[in-house]
Formats: sequence, C-alpha cells, structure tokens
Amino acid sequence: MKVKGTVHKYGDNVDTDVIIPARYLNTADHKELAAHCMEDIDIDFVKNVASGDIMTAGQNFGCGSSREHAPIAIKASGISCVIAATFARIFYRNAINIGLPIMECPEAAADIEKGNEVEIDFDTGVITNITKGHSYKAQPFPDFIKEIIAEGGLLNSLKK
Amino acid sequence: MGQTMTQKILAAHAGLDKVTAGQLIKCKLDMVLGNDVTTPVAINEFEKAGFTSVFSKDKISMVMDHFTPNKDIKSAENSLKCRSFAGKYDITHYYDVGDMGIEHALLPEKGIVASGDCVIGADSHTCTYGALGAFSTGVGSTDMCAGMATGEAWFKVPSALKFNITGKLPEYVMGKDVILHIIGMIGVDGALYKSMEFSGEGLKNLSMDDRLSMANMAIEAGAKNGIFAVDEVTKAYQQGRVSREYTVYEADPDAEYEEVYDIDLSEIKPTVSFPHLPENTRTADNWGDVKIDQVVIGSCTNGRLEDMEMAARILARKHIAKGVRCIVIPATQSVYLECCKRGWMETFINAGCAVSTPTCGPCLGGHMGILAKGERAVATTNRNFVGRMGHPESEVYLASPAVAAASAVTGKISEPSEIM
Repeated sequence: MKVKGTVHKYGDNVDTDVIIPARYLNTADHKELAAHCMEDIDIDFVKNVASGDIMTAGQNFGCGSSREHAPIAIKASGISCVIAATFARIFYRNAINIGLPIMECPEAAADIEKGNEVEIDFDTGVITNITKGHSYKAQPFPDFIKEIIAEGGLLNSLKK
Repeated sequence: MGQTMTQKILAAHAGLDKVTAGQLIKCKLDMVLGNDVTTPVAINEFEKAGFTSVFSKDKISMVMDHFTPNKDIKSAENSLKCRSFAGKYDITHYYDVGDMGIEHALLPEKGIVASGDCVIGADSHTCTYGALGAFSTGVGSTDMCAGMATGEAWFKVPSALKFNITGKLPEYVMGKDVILHIIGMIGVDGALYKSMEFSGEGLKNLSMDDRLSMANMAIEAGAKNGIFAVDEVTKAYQQGRVSREYTVYEADPDAEYEEVYDIDLSEIKPTVSFPHLPENTRTADNWGDVKIDQVVIGSCTNGRLEDMEMAARILARKHIAKGVRCIVIPATQSVYLECCKRGWMETFINAGCAVSTPTCGPCLGGHMGILAKGERAVATTNRNFVGRMGHPESEVYLASPAVAAASAVTGKISEPSEIM
C-alpha cells in the first residue's frame, strides 16, 4: 500500500495538547476534533490540509497526555501518515491501535521540507521525496505490530 | 544478567520466568483505569466491537475527575455515558462527584492499587502508582477497551535508567523539585520507552507523597513507567489501605541499566520549569523577576495532604499579593476533609485563596482557572506546554507547593525562604 501527499512540517516535542487542546475534549466526535487539530501552533493547518497529506516532525512527537483524541484528530483531518524522528510511546501505541499510519525515520524527518511532495510505501518502508528526488528507509514495524495493522487495529485483531 | 524491578513484575504477569528488554509480551492486568475524558471513547469502542462483558468488575476503575463537576452539556453527557456503563456492568470502583478525587491521588489513597501490581490507565499520569512499587503505565482508550474486555495488554519490555538516591532534602524542598531537577537533567525524551527506577539509601527520607509526585512525572521525561523500591515507608502507607495480599519485587543485584544517575537529595534546590517544556528547569538564581497573575496548588502531582500542609504552612497569617488569584484544589475528598479538620481551610481562605472541590480542572485548561492571553501562572501541576492552561499565549511555570505558595504571597516567582 502506498500513500502520496503534500507535507506539513513541525518541530521537536509536538505535544498532544497542541495536537488537540483539552478545551475540545468534551467531545469524541471525529469531525469536531479534526476541526481544531494543531490550532494552537498552526492556526492555518485545518484550512490548508488536504486528504492524503503527510505530517512530519522531529523528536518525541505526541508527547504528553494519553488522549487518543490526538491521533483521531490527525487521522480525521485527512493526514495519511505521520513521519517523525521519534514518537512518544503512548502516541505510538494509540496511533497503531486506531489505524493512523506512522513511520519512525530521523533522516526523512530532517530532510523533508514543508510543501514537499512525498510518497510512502508501507510494504517496503521506503519514503520517496518526489520534490527533492531523495529517498529514505524507515524502521520497519516489529511483526507483532504489523499483525495488528493488518487486522485493521487492535480490537479487530482481538476479535479474530 | 539479572532483571530490573519492572522486568520482574512484567515477567510474573506474563507467566514467564524471565524477560529481557525489547521482548514483546502479553500481561495479565490487576487494574484497568479510565477517566471522564478517555472512558467514553473506550466505551464507544467496546460497544462497536460487540463486547458484552468485562473481565472483572473489581479490576476496573472509572474516576470522573477531569471536567467535573461537569462544566458543560457535552462533558455531562460524557459522565452520563460512564455512569450508565458502570451501572450496567456493576463496576466496583466507579467514583463520581461527592466521593471522587483526582484519579492518581484517589487509587493509592483507597488502597485500590498496591506493590507488585500490573496496571494500565487511559491517562498518561497512571505512572504515579510506581511510587508503590507497581508497574503502572498510561495507555489510550482503545487499550483501555481491550483491557476491560480481556484483562490483558501487550507490552514491549523496557530497558531502564537507575536513579540512586542518597541524602535528605533541605527545608522547603520537595519531591517535586527532585523530579523537575531530573527532567531538566535528562530532558523530556530522556527516558523515552524506558523505565525510571528509583532506589538507594536516601529513599527512606522521601515520604510517600514525595514519591507519588516523582513517579507521577516520569511520563514528562518520556518514560514508560517510574518505579520505587518498596521499603518500610511503602509498607506503612499500605497498612490499613490495601486489604489484600501484595507482592514485593526487588531488582536483581546484576540487573542491567542503560545509565545510573546519583541523586543527592541534600543538593536539590527549589526548581521551576519555565515555559513551554518541563525540561526548561531553573533554580532560584536564574528565575529573574517573573510577575504572575495566578497560582494553582493541586493536581495529581501535588494535591495530596503534605502538599496542602506545606501550602498552609507558608500561607499561615499571610495574604496573597494584590492582583494574584490563588486556587487551591485538594486532590481527594479525604484530603479536603483533613484540610478542614486541621484548620488549613481557614488559613487558605484568610490568605485570599479560592478553594475548590477535587478536580483536574485548570491543570489541563479544562475549567476552574483558565488563563487569558498574556497571563502567567505558577502551578504545582505537571505540564507547561503551549496553551496547557488556557490561551495559547499564556504561560505556565511548574513548581512545588512551597514555591507556588510563596509566589502567591509575593506576586512573583519566589523561594519560600524569601518570606519565611
């Protein structure tokens, strides 16, 4: 499976409070959450994001609160994959559990720039920067996690 | 090579003799926790997946603490959803307005979690129970849902950092200062995916409230969990609270640690995390002149009895500075009642503080003390991210109850020794 889109780039330590501020946690509605995604650090994100777009960031993406509303808001905003140098562990778990594709790849996170066109092949882990003509190899998921993703999330894998 | 304390607890709950860092395992859970923000999402998933029973009605806790007493219609609907689910499945540990407290203060206080337990909670500060010598970690709502249905969760066995504690804290210096110092030293991802293990001869000088506030903030260094060796202080705390047998695990002498840090408590100074990351720590000589608009004393980090005691000690026969709002939030009903009995409530009110029923409220910018654009707060809470307590251009400075109370009196970030 491949995805392709335009990059929205952020820095290190993007926390779940800025991904979806707590003042909006009185709802679990995916569309409502998406309408406020990233607004405290990028008020224009919601306006600019298109379905299939890709988010990149530096170290420790998704640190802070365990709110699953954060990966839900990103996914519902149309983002097809988040690439970061590293992820905070609860966010990593939540993203996999709800079916938001994520890739840990420090080289890609450093080299890809805002607005670049990027294609990701989830089967091979190869990230291609079409704009720059560069490609990067992401850390593959452990088999255990591949199985959860193949089943379409944790609950589907449990029901089997 | 031996195992760390965390690895021993995980091995026991996975039915294995031994585990090693990096290994993927499935563990049996002693407690699955959620609150009024994360539980409704878990209930939606539970119903969508078609589950019709919970693994144990006694091993699930639901605490209505974030937006309670409910601040608006949407949060009231969320609490109602939890209340209905808890009623339907006869959940033993369901706590609502009137008997609730902030979850991570409440569960240890009531003896619901204990040494040696394996606990997950859909709240990142679930790592707090490591203070009791339990393995305890934050997860999301889907993991909570799976935990409620199956009583199990998957984990990657963490490697570990060891903190060798010696010495004794100086006056007005608290566990909060120690953990802020450590986060400043190793950074907000300094313990990413790892366990932080606290032991050493100085542990006996740290009270349980100090340890709970330290384990609470392990997540702010990116850790999977924080855990304290079990000693007489732990056992005394659990006496009369925990009514079941619990297991004490000890790290092997040859356990493997990625790093060992020596922490001499006598050298810790009052420490404040400046905006907008907990790792931006400064001691008094570098605070400068930071005028403040609000002080919050409370939260799952610092709303316990000793925190209230320290605040009352500093605020006794004093008044907070003109133009400063000071909000005191005892973390549980029992702490609140003790504040009344011991005369601290009178101290707080005479000093000009507002005292609230238990709630997470302002810590996450939920309600009960939201900041306007450009305002600054000193808070005993755990996060100072952009917009955490309100407007994206407001600022939060993290501190101990001693520093927070002293700052309320002077109107700027201050050491307790300035006014005592």
